[in-house]
Amino acid sequence: MTLVLTGARRVERGRQAMRWIGIATILVAAPLAGICIGETRIPLSTVLQVLANRLWDAGYAVDPIDEGIIWSYRLTRALVAGACGAALAVCGVILQSLLRNALADPYLLGISAGASTGAVLIAVAGLGAGMVPMSAGALLGALLAFGLVTLLAQLSGGGTGLRGTGQIILAGIAGSQLFNALTSFIIARSANAEQARGIMFWLLGNLSGVRWDDVWLALPAAAMVLLIGLWHIRALDAFTFGAESAASLGIPVRQVQAVLILAAAIATAVMVSIVGSIGFVGLVVPHAARFLVGVRHARLVPASALIGMVFLIAADILSRVMIPGQVLPIGVVTALVGAPVFALILIRGRASS
Amino acid sequence: MIRASDLGWRTRGKTILQGATLEIEKGEVLGLIGPNGSGKSTLLRMLAGLLKPSQGHVELAGQELARMNQREIARITAFVAQQADTSDRISVRDAVELGRTPWLDALRPWSEEDSRHVANALATVEMQGFETRDWITLSGGERQRVHIARALAQAPQVLLLDEPTNHLDIHHQLSIMRLIGRLGLTTIVALHDLNQAMSCDRLGVLHQGRLIALGSPAEILTPELLHCVFAVSATELIDPTDGTRVLRFRSMTQALPDMNRHDVS
Repeated sequence: MTLVLTGARRVERGRQAMRWIGIATILVAAPLAGICIGETRIPLSTVLQVLANRLWDAGYAVDPIDEGIIWSYRLTRALVAGACGAALAVCGVILQSLLRNALADPYLLGISAGASTGAVLIAVAGLGAGMVPMSAGALLGALLAFGLVTLLAQLSGGGTGLRGTGQIILAGIAGSQLFNALTSFIIARSANAEQARGIMFWLLGNLSGVRWDDVWLALPAAAMVLLIGLWHIRALDAFTFGAESAASLGIPVRQVQAVLILAAAIATAVMVSIVGSIGFVGLVVPHAARFLVGVRHARLVPASALIGMVFLIAADILSRVMIPGQVLPIGVVTALVGAPVFALILIRGRASS
Repeated sequence: MIRASDLGWRTRGKTILQGATLEIEKGEVLGLIGPNGSGKSTLLRMLAGLLKPSQGHVELAGQELARMNQREIARITAFVAQQADTSDRISVRDAVELGRTPWLDALRPWSEEDSRHVANALATVEMQGFETRDWITLSGGERQRVHIARALAQAPQVLLLDEPTNHLDIHHQLSIMRLIGRLGLTTIVALHDLNQAMSCDRLGVLHQGRLIALGSPAEILTPELLHCVFAVSATELIDPTDGTRVLRFRSMTQALPDMNRHDVS
């Protein structure tokens, strides 16, 4: 009996170790793939040499142009894409759990619409007279829009109370429409054709201009929302049967909702301010993760982060190699992949229920 | 165990409940009866700490409820809502494991003891063997049993149930009521079926937001009170198989013959 037990335990422990090795491999391999693959393919050995040079002063002889591309363009791009994918996916998990709505995603709360308006105000309408960076405007716009949406939800009697979480979704839709209209209005009024094209490109998600200072913004934001999500896995589970049931299980509902939704809003706002609005990641990745690891958040939160990271790095690679000589907006790629996947999930969900 | 004094709740200028005073002994099963909208659910929610009373206060196990945090309340009181459903593909075991939430946090992970509580709860509601079943494949009666198991996994001293037999067929209604009687916990249960209410230790009658009567079923379920509260005339019959009292109802409002059909059994 004891022998069987220890044997089973050993197998379980072995499985756990395999899982960790798998996760670590993915964490390293995905960004490396993001660096190697592109318009000009860079051999893995060169990439590793550059990384060794930069991180440990290894002193390999590498072409300085390659080194520049790898260190300042490809690596930053891969890191921001990974952080952004992980953060948006975790935000999606948080919002879907708290709002009890399978269609909730980070952009639902008017955040991306507000960010777009903020960015457009600065880039096109010339607010701040060139002194304020576009991403700061986007961050301010995102937070302002989220504030307005929350206020509207509160006024309409829903808010983050025990009942009526549906109100915040309706308020989010109203807010998104308003800010999207404002964005279009500003572009139509003030932008010339060239600017309009640039803005449209940014609005659809763009990793081209990403540099190291963006990395130092994106990584902490992603880490913040991931850690807060992991800290609250039991609370997120407790919302399975609704907010009232969560309260009866000892969850301080208002406080948990406030902390988690605010964390999700800030993380999303930061990401939108860096890369523009990338749709479908926050919506589709949590569903895919649920399909793979189930609905309990102890697995769902880390799995979503990992899948989100890989998905966005892969989408970035695709956006660079799909049309030779041209970079597609990454939001186009995620939507092109995400929409059919989402349709599949919907159909499968219906068939099994 | 629970002492509520002068409880009241108002929302948007409308009084839902007022002046409810009651005391429940340890191990007692108290039934709450009353027509739709009489304030049964509101009273239960206030006793569960889910709704802040706009008037009066509640004492739970010797402590002021308003001063306790949600987690402290959940370690003493478990609440089974009338309708709590999910579209998540959660398994029965996962759903029951949620009951351990008030005893766990980031620093106190899942342990053998928690697994034992879950296994015991599933055994008590006779749902062993269902552990890996998907929630969406369960019938209404099975779901209600899982909800009760989830509540039992909380290891509560007080169990609050809001119409646990609603929407169940007669077999499941009786088995849920037998289960509640067997648990030996301090229990408050809102009920619609007056014949089921007879199996409670005591009954409280709510009418238009007031607790108008409190006492043993024999004292409470009198023809006068049923007439006044439920607008039915009742005849008492004795079941010849075991000698228990049974109530038979006839509607008093001839113009609206359908109004009271739910209460006729």
